[in-house]
Amino acid sequence: MTDPISPPSLATMSATEMEAWRARQKSRNRMMGLVMGGLAILFFAITIVKLGASTQGAV
Amino acid sequence: MTTATTTLPLPTDWRDFFALTKPRVMTLVVFTGLCGLLAAPGDIHPVLGFTAILCVALGAGGSGALNMWWEADLDKGMRRTAARPLPAGRMDPTSARDFGIALCAGSVLVMGLAIGVLAGFLLALSIVYYVVGYTIWLKPRTPQNIVIGGGAGAFPPLIGWVAVTGDITAMPLLLFAIIFIWTPPHFWSLALFVQSDYAKVGIPMLPVVSGEATTRVQILIYSALLLPLAVAPWAIGGTGAVYGVAALILSAVFLACSVPVGLRRTEPGDAMKPEKRLFKFSILYLFALFGMLVADRLATVQGWQV
Repeated sequence: MTDPISPPSLATMSATEMEAWRARQKSRNRMMGLVMGGLAILFFAITIVKLGASTQGAV
Repeated sequence: MTTATTTLPLPTDWRDFFALTKPRVMTLVVFTGLCGLLAAPGDIHPVLGFTAILCVALGAGGSGALNMWWEADLDKGMRRTAARPLPAGRMDPTSARDFGIALCAGSVLVMGLAIGVLAGFLLALSIVYYVVGYTIWLKPRTPQNIVIGGGAGAFPPLIGWVAVTGDITAMPLLLFAIIFIWTPPHFWSLALFVQSDYAKVGIPMLPVVSGEATTRVQILIYSALLLPLAVAPWAIGGTGAVYGVAALILSAVFLACSVPVGLRRTEPGDAMKPEKRLFKFSILYLFALFGMLVADRLATVQGWQV
């Protein structure tokens, strides 16, 4: 296990460290957004297919 | 302990989360799962087919993440795995564990809801088999761990097939058995020419525990078993001659490659050519065999064979 981390200390970061931290956070958020968007599209498509199948008598 | 003057560690890169899913293993999982799905008799809507394969891939990825979480300490002690996100300290174990659980649970849930209860159950079974049965329980306890681990890799075509048909018949079970029996000669041929650190971290691999001679004999036995098993789908009428003839030729070559491996002994300064040849061919074999399974189905659907 990792040691407990001290309370968030963004204030103690240098400008360069802060920049790297934000950039990493941004790339993670962007990827998470893509995954969530992809899942939303997939679930929508599954729903449409299932609805279509059930109206034609098959589930 | 970290101190108050320490700045926040960098958030884990998303690429490290991706690395936890063992992407290279996933390519084989996706390929065999897709072949099972395409070779099965029946139709599946492309969206649902995509969803089924995605769920299989995510379930495998989640299992890989849980495997890396459990084995982080072992990975630290081996050169091949020391640079993975957990042993290299780029990620905390809790994140890896939660990521793995989320992928596994999510994939099983979506598979069950979108495809069917049986496919979802089989996916859950494969995850429990790999994570609990193999990683936690048997891998550190028996030199037959590779044989048992092969079972985990054998699930994807079975799940792909069941996603289309909704039931388990002899054919998907045969596909499972083919990968199950293929895995030991594939892995042990590699183990013969690549020095691994498994012994150092206490994992009882067959070449280390029982010796090279036993490993070579076992390679030969499994390769001999593979031939009738690979042809069995044709023999029981599950496929046509396109697959049957290809399986016969491919398996005969596989056996021919494994005979010199099984009968010889390593000499000092050995280039290990027969072992390397068998390992390379084993990869080609699996891709070709499952590819021919799909080609056979296509030929039947098109009316090119009965």
